Amino acid sequence: MKCNYACNSPEHTIARRDFLGRLAAGACTMTGLSSLVHPAAAAQIAAQKKRVLSIFLSGGVSQFESFDPKPGTLTGGPFRAIPTSVPGIHVCELLPKTAQQMHRLSLIRTVNTNNNDHGLSRYQIERGHAQSATADFPHIGAIVAKGLDEGTSPLPGHIHVSSGAGSRSSNSAYLGPKYASISVGTNGGLQNSELPGGMTATINDQRQAFRRHANERFLQRRRTAETDAYVESHERAIQLMANREIFDVTKESEKCAAQYGEFDLGKQCLLARRLLEHDISFVQVSHSNYDTHAENFNFHIEQLGEFDQAFATLIDDLAQRGMLDSTLVMVLTEFGRTPNINYRYGRDHWGKGFSIALAGCGIQPGAVIGAMNKDGTEIADREVKPADLFHTYLRAIGLDPQSEFDIDGRSVPMADPTGMAVEELLA
Amino acid sequence: MSEAESSTPEPATFDIQASHVAREWKYSAPFIGCRYDPTGRYVFAASMDFTIQRWDLQDDSHTTFAAHESWLRGIGFSPDGQQLVSAGYDGKLCFWETAASPAEGQAVAPTREFSAHEGWVRWLAVHPDGKLIATAGNDLKVKLWSAETGELVQTLEGHAKHIYSLLFHPGGELLLSGDLQGVVNQWELASGKLVRSLDAKLLYTYHGGQQVDYGGVRCMALSTDGKRLACGGLHKATNPFAGVQEPLVLVFDWETGEQIRTHEATEVPRGIVWRLVYEPDGTLVGGIGGQAGFLTFWKEEKTEVHKLALPNTILDLDQHPSEFAVVTAHHDNHVRITRMTAKA
Repeated sequence: MKCNYACNSPEHTIARRDFLGRLAAGACTMTGLSSLVHPAAAAQIAAQKKRVLSIFLSGGVSQFESFDPKPGTLTGGPFRAIPTSVPGIHVCELLPKTAQQMHRLSLIRTVNTNNNDHGLSRYQIERGHAQSATADFPHIGAIVAKGLDEGTSPLPGHIHVSSGAGSRSSNSAYLGPKYASISVGTNGGLQNSELPGGMTATINDQRQAFRRHANERFLQRRRTAETDAYVESHERAIQLMANREIFDVTKESEKCAAQYGEFDLGKQCLLARRLLEHDISFVQVSHSNYDTHAENFNFHIEQLGEFDQAFATLIDDLAQRGMLDSTLVMVLTEFGRTPNINYRYGRDHWGKGFSIALAGCGIQPGAVIGAMNKDGTEIADREVKPADLFHTYLRAIGLDPQSEFDIDGRSVPMADPTGMAVEELLA
Repeated sequence: MSEAESSTPEPATFDIQASHVAREWKYSAPFIGCRYDPTGRYVFAASMDFTIQRWDLQDDSHTTFAAHESWLRGIGFSPDGQQLVSAGYDGKLCFWETAASPAEGQAVAPTREFSAHEGWVRWLAVHPDGKLIATAGNDLKVKLWSAETGELVQTLEGHAKHIYSLLFHPGGELLLSGDLQGVVNQWELASGKLVRSLDAKLLYTYHGGQQVDYGGVRCMALSTDGKRLACGGLHKATNPFAGVQEPLVLVFDWETGEQIRTHEATEVPRGIVWRLVYEPDGTLVGGIGGQAGFLTFWKEEKTEVHKLALPNTILDLDQHPSEFAVVTAHHDNHVRITRMTAKA
């Protein structure tokens, strides 16, 4: 795809050089923070930088078995509701540790995507717009990375932690490849990030310098979106290699790792905390899978057991480190599950009223927004749409959802103008 | 209730080809468990509304037993049928008077109840002499309780995953417990020691793509001659989240502990074997639930010899104590009795 980057405008040239310069400066800053600053002061500095953590429960977690239990009803299933650290708020008994963190969380129980398709509903939740054949919209992570990017970090601003690793997504739409997510895993740190055997750092520096020189000459006449993406990926990879220890959860103590859990989600949440500590603007962890058309209750015991331990530990850890006030934490899912329990002990897709949880930066803790009816079959009070969530997220971290991106001279709204923030949830 | 058969004397001939639904009752919620009482007078069925429903086969009268705070599938009786015991996903063990008669419009309350496990109790079994009650919990423990006092007598630990089923050996000296991973542990009651483990792992699937454990020993039955142990469940779980699997029975030689054959059920889409019972002639009867419900009949060393489609998926089954009949629990709010004899 050709783009008008080939115009050779000074702005674009300077922007890219500026970016490379910032990468180098950022590396120094990071070194300074970790080694020279008093830990208390470092925490204070860290607290000033806002970040977002999304924990995405893929497949559609059941609201009945998580944040909106309906015990004693025919739709409620076999689990009981338990009290939380906030009087009057109950959650499902599958979340005993999360219940003890309720004073740091808030719930929205009436999210409505009005869509039961995994991909389409997830698109709405993560991008704040309905999917369209004529326009693509950026992932919330790309918007946050762009909005919060201070140009001081040597690391990408938008990272997805997953069981796989190393892939780069195209989820930044018109914001460009710089804000697309990079996927990293937890097994053995950052894969393929060491220099090949026999290559010294000096030799590597020299070959990278030569590559940059050759690139510069080429780009002066042939710059395109593709070449930008290529350069961007290369420079990001170099910085990731230089900071590879950040991605290595084995650097944490055994006790800490055990608290998070020795399973994939535990390790991924621990890695997420390490990334947030190093000022990554947006980190997403996905927990798979909750698409339980059969044996919904058995699978939720298994899946939410992992989630409860890892998530509650993470929230407490962020709070203890003084990071929660500056980190917006979102527990998202593409939709909920049906009130009806089918003949396989399963629940099917349900986009017409389900729950998410929010915590931290800009969020009033201990609140519950919206209510389903007694059986959880209809929204009884305060419908919240995906566009409203988007406005809420952005407002919580200090971004103005009414503002616009300047994309090649074209104004693009940061969020769907039809949405409105959930004002009563904002701190 | 709909009566599909008059109350003529029961023909004595066991004829699986003539099996037919003879009676059914409808309730206001799905059923997930069912049992005959030892006298054969009552049918008890556990509902998703947390109650136990009792039907008197003599006059069709209907009574509610209420105390559990969750679903339950564990129902058992004292050998004389006087006492009913139930265990539920609320972790509670409840004792009831089987033939209790509450006031009009009232539900029967338990004579005793207490918390038995952390989390679900998935199965309950009563010792042949009636003095012990065994429960299997999601806390990975098998507990033995005094039927007389309700006191905890013994705790058996050794399973790494949830325990799905229990079976007392009729000799009274052994207890079997089957779990999610297809491990069948054989416990010596006198010592509390694990004396043998049978390998039923064909009933277990770890699905790497969905990263879940699935399957398990959903039920067990010992042949009336004591020579065969059958374990039921599922296999070929290509998509656990959608319930894409096939039903499977493993048959073990009791003496050697070796698996000697498997029984499958053809054309039972997405089926799970929820309960197995042996008839006196060695016929194995399976209650299979999937997209439809089937009673499936297997003979020794033969593939299925007969299959009867029921109107709705089956979630549990029990055998009449003296007649050729089974009761089944269904998701469509029905309890059905199938007679394995010719229609009168």
